[in-house]
Amino acid sequence: MHTDASMFKVRGLELSLPDFANKQPFGRAPMVDILKGLDFDIETGSVLGIVGGSGSGKSTLGRTLVRLLEPTAGSIVFEGSDIGHLDETGLRPLRRRLQMIFQDPMSSLNPRRRVGAIIADPLRIHDLDRIDERVDEALDHVGLPRAFRARYPHELSGGQRQRVGIARAIAMRPDFILADEIVSGLDVSSQAQVLNLLENLVRELGLTLAFISHDLSVIRRLCSQVLVLNRGTIVEYAPVEQIFDAPKSEYTRELLDAIPLPDPDQPGW
Amino acid sequence: MTAFLEIENLSAAIKGTPDRLLRSVSLHVNSGEVCGLVGESGAGKSMIGKAVLGILPSAVEIVEGQVRLDGEDLLAMPQRERRRLIGATAALIPQDPLTALNPSRRIGPQITDRLVDILGWTKHDARTRAAELLDEVHIENPQRVLASYPHELSGGMRQRVLIASAFAANPKLVIADEPTTALDVTVQKQILRLIREMQERHGTAMLFVTHDLGVVSKICQRLVVLFAGMVVEKAGVSDFYANPAHAYSKALLSATPKFTEPFTSLTPVDQTVISAVSEQVEAADREWRHAH
Repeated sequence: MHTDASMFKVRGLELSLPDFANKQPFGRAPMVDILKGLDFDIETGSVLGIVGGSGSGKSTLGRTLVRLLEPTAGSIVFEGSDIGHLDETGLRPLRRRLQMIFQDPMSSLNPRRRVGAIIADPLRIHDLDRIDERVDEALDHVGLPRAFRARYPHELSGGQRQRVGIARAIAMRPDFILADEIVSGLDVSSQAQVLNLLENLVRELGLTLAFISHDLSVIRRLCSQVLVLNRGTIVEYAPVEQIFDAPKSEYTRELLDAIPLPDPDQPGW
Repeated sequence: MTAFLEIENLSAAIKGTPDRLLRSVSLHVNSGEVCGLVGESGAGKSMIGKAVLGILPSAVEIVEGQVRLDGEDLLAMPQRERRRLIGATAALIPQDPLTALNPSRRIGPQITDRLVDILGWTKHDARTRAAELLDEVHIENPQRVLASYPHELSGGMRQRVLIASAFAANPKLVIADEPTTALDVTVQKQILRLIREMQERHGTAMLFVTHDLGVVSKICQRLVVLFAGMVVEKAGVSDFYANPAHAYSKALLSATPKFTEPFTSLTPVDQTVISAVSEQVEAADREWRHAH
């Protein structure tokens, strides 16, 4: 039985993908290393921030954690068992437990399905009971009126769509949620609403969360640990206060300095 | 300083409906100045830029008001003349650098087309100018980039190309429509610096559309806050950040994340503020309907 406080233990994680941009007309494409040996833990009930610039490998890391991608080397231990190389049948029982919220709510919600069906479909696939109740509960949790079940995604605002994405994930009662840049497409006011909502849900439902973002300013409030990624390696992995108050790596400092504060006299600009 | 762009009392509506999308908007942008245009999604920020450039969606019509470019009223002109004037004096830096470039054409012709077709340059001159411009936006090896396709460039590089292309014909006015929203923070900083550098060097008037009050404070001298197509506040940047006048501006400012203040919870724009400013919009609408 799994007793450790860590939900995920990741050791020596490597991932390489074929580089079709540099492929010759014949033969195999050369491989590029995206993740170059990562070690970290995610504790049960904690929120891990994953930060880095574009191309740093943060989304690839996220997708490997929920096993949408298979690592080239290393292990991903989830609740005591290595899920790094399970096949699709072996992964099936885990799919409900590992959920994901996507960046762009418009392209991740089926435009031809109503909100109710969008949230209910995964529940049906996993043969859960009391589907109607669960959909209503999920909508209550994200602060959307139950009547929204009958709406189509295009009838919602960006912030409301992102709430539907969150509702779809939490309706499954997952153990772990991966949130990949979920507020970067929203304006500041809806951004604040979604972040506050997520913070409450983490507390109320005891969620374990990995929160991917290129913007450190949205990380501070939500996350307990932060992992800073640059070119597929971890440059800093520390509690959130340390990242902001005493960043050890040059790259972290660069990321912090690049955040435009609402202040015309910010130094370094 | 003279106002290069003047928008006066501009109202726009969806054709055949009485509801206005832009509500008697007045603003101006001086030569050599960057004016921010701020608001939440759906406030009509981009709509104003499109109205100036004459690229409004066909379903939207301007029902009242004036748009003056260098003193000349665009809306009173015949269309051919208007297009010529806009093409020769104004340019756009679009939001999404991937969709704004044609994926099946090389970068070079995408920059030079405008110079050749609208301004009648020779192909040779246009190509030389394009290389100069790429150099000006700090692209190493301009010749290689001119021969590249958009997919071969990173997001930051594509945005540099679009900035170069916007400044190609020495425009007097540049409208930047959320030019850094699709970029990550470190690249955003470089691109903002670049835009400021190009704008200062060319003495361009710039209307900078964004929802990010952090970005505005880095690049603009003045700003205009928009709610539901209505101007709620106009202010100089230093005054605005020290003391925003309108309750809605205050709310918007406190919703902007400040990582230096860890334990202040983010406050989304308050519902009472929204209803107060919505009432203001309705009052303006009643007055407008009364006058027409």
